[in-house]
Amino acid sequence: MSDTMNQDDNILEVKHLKKYFPIQGGFFNHTVGYVKAVDDVSFSIKRGTTMGLVGESGCGKTTTGRTILRLDGEKTFGDVLFNGKEVYDFSNKEMNEKRTEMQIIFQDPFSSLQPRMPIGEIIGEAVREHGIVPDKDYDAYVEKVMDECGLQPFQKQRYPHEFSGGQRQRICIARAIALKPEFVVCDEPVSALDVSIQAQIINLLKDLQEKRNLTYLFISHDLSVVEHISDTVGVMYLGSLVETGPTDRIFNNPLHPYTQALLSAVPTPDPNAHMNRIVLEGNIPSPANPPAGCKFHTRCAKCMECCKTDAPEVRELEPGHRVACHLYNGQGKAVEDVTSSSNDADEA
Amino acid sequence: MANKSKDGYLSRKEIREISRYNRKITSEIENKNKRKNVPESEYVCEMKDSNNEVEFDNVHTYFFTDAGTVKSVDGVTFDIPKGKTVGVVGESGCGKSVTSLSLMKLLQRPQGQIVEGAIRFNVGDKAIDVTKAPDEVMQKLRGNEISMIFQEPMTALNPVFRIGEQVDEVIELHDGQGKTKEDIKRRTIELLQIVGIANTEGVYQMYPHELSGGMRQRIVIAMALACNPKMIIADEPTTALDVTIQAQILELLKNLKDKINASIMFITHDLGVIAEMADYVVVMYAGRVVEQGTAEDIFYHPAHPYTIGLMDSKPVVGKKVDKLYSIPGKVPNPINMPNYCYFKDRCEKCIDKCDGAYPSLVKLSDTHMVSCYRYYEEGVVESKSEGDAQ
Repeated sequence: MSDTMNQDDNILEVKHLKKYFPIQGGFFNHTVGYVKAVDDVSFSIKRGTTMGLVGESGCGKTTTGRTILRLDGEKTFGDVLFNGKEVYDFSNKEMNEKRTEMQIIFQDPFSSLQPRMPIGEIIGEAVREHGIVPDKDYDAYVEKVMDECGLQPFQKQRYPHEFSGGQRQRICIARAIALKPEFVVCDEPVSALDVSIQAQIINLLKDLQEKRNLTYLFISHDLSVVEHISDTVGVMYLGSLVETGPTDRIFNNPLHPYTQALLSAVPTPDPNAHMNRIVLEGNIPSPANPPAGCKFHTRCAKCMECCKTDAPEVRELEPGHRVACHLYNGQGKAVEDVTSSSNDADEA
Repeated sequence: MANKSKDGYLSRKEIREISRYNRKITSEIENKNKRKNVPESEYVCEMKDSNNEVEFDNVHTYFFTDAGTVKSVDGVTFDIPKGKTVGVVGESGCGKSVTSLSLMKLLQRPQGQIVEGAIRFNVGDKAIDVTKAPDEVMQKLRGNEISMIFQEPMTALNPVFRIGEQVDEVIELHDGQGKTKEDIKRRTIELLQIVGIANTEGVYQMYPHELSGGMRQRIVIAMALACNPKMIIADEPTTALDVTIQAQILELLKNLKDKINASIMFITHDLGVIAEMADYVVVMYAGRVVEQGTAEDIFYHPAHPYTIGLMDSKPVVGKKVDKLYSIPGKVPNPINMPNYCYFKDRCEKCIDKCDGAYPSLVKLSDTHMVSCYRYYEEGVVESKSEGDAQ
């Protein structure tokens, strides 16, 4: 990230995004409530960088990724600007074309591949449909993409069940990048894999990013992986972003009590490391009925009276490092337009 | 075993041959296990060291499948001392779970069988060799002396019975003599309290789906503790859980260990969790132990190239690297294992000697052992190793 970048370099801007899922019940199956899966999330990603999104399961990481790509029907509120254009304003036909620019790699490489399709077809189907390359170059192009992702061209005729987990994930990656996307949502791409395979896939993703200038939204619950791959990190809790900032600031100077607890919970491979672990009591509350005030106050060790009634506002304490917590009231500056000010900070 | 045809697929005739051969072997072992009134002399033996709770001695567990014999555990030797935690770490498919199932004799029958070796389990003044013990004896060991915490708390509990009934059942079956229903219920409530469940009476009446993943894992732990076992096997108990919940469960297990003074065999693929929990660490690769030692030995002085590779390939919070190391290649096919060091094809530190038979265990210090040719000059080569004998 250089200082010369301006706001136009934000490939993606998410402003106050909300996605509620209705709960149906009662007589005549009417809507009795909403699961607030994503509740007022704002962030921006610069071209060619990786943003990591971390949090416990059920906190809305995946829904955020899917809502950005318009995979879950309509959003509830907010803006998703991709290259400055609102994603939800596209007509179906325009969206179809835009889909080549925004791709997703799913979590489970075992269920996201069609078992009855040879992998050459899995990777090449969308290439042909969208006419990415002329017909005569089609075969060569699919082979080139496979080669780039560490697959052998002779494997084109094989079926997904003939591959191991790591190789299947390579197929998923090849399928995504074959469309020459600019932006890829990686939804826990390594959590189903072994440590040694995980390293291979992470290295592959990094190589591809360098080669093709890709932008990633990297969703994961594994903080060590996120630290390794991301330039900026967002920490989610119960549908809201509680802290965002550059990776080294988040990991070296975590401000929100939830981030601190999350970081201290990661086991380190050092038998003599006796750290002061903050063990969070209880479980994540239900997103259908989130606590009033600060959503984290039920599990927070530093909970104050005001936390129970008032929702904290987002404050910027360091350049680009924002936190939503009452502990920092009066420090830093309150952020109104959440996506633009980080660029001001970078320019300064 | 029949040879594979040229195209890599087995012909029908070959499959028939293999399954006939398999049936002969497995039914022989099965019949031996099913016998009743077996004289004690057959399965009672002596511990090598009375301070050990369990001794694995050159255990071989094979799966007789239609595609050939899978040597899941291929000569595993290590001890679990009394009151200590032994961590078993390795990639999926390396045989860590099968090792633990061998101790419980819970292998999938009739294909999975312990074919060789001894697993000595300390029961006070004598020891029982699990591999030779018939089913009758094993039933009394399971639950009472050895118990297990499974990986998936979602599938380990029966969805149609209340939590209370499920925990009660364990106590009734294994420890229920002379106890009334009220006694058993009181014990269940007590167990739920031990594992840190606040609303014990309420949870007693609940069904598994009403609880979160962390709570279910606590119930499974309560069931494992029901009969005060001497040995607890924890098979990836935190893999399915979030980091924050994982921290809670690890904390709970650590506290319980001090309270009940049991030995724990802790199986996981997460090196961070192992470092936190284990006193001794056993690193497995492709069915064999490649390195074992105290946690300090393994984490501060890793010797085997596989252990070193495994450590380097895991990103660590607070340690920035440009590119992660990744071990090249993949685990060899378990049906056709090579006759040299299993790790040789993926190893970047190979020497000429590596072409020879599987390397024997080398003693680097009193506690630290590694199975690699690169340390033959430095350490004491164990003579009785299985590799050289072949």
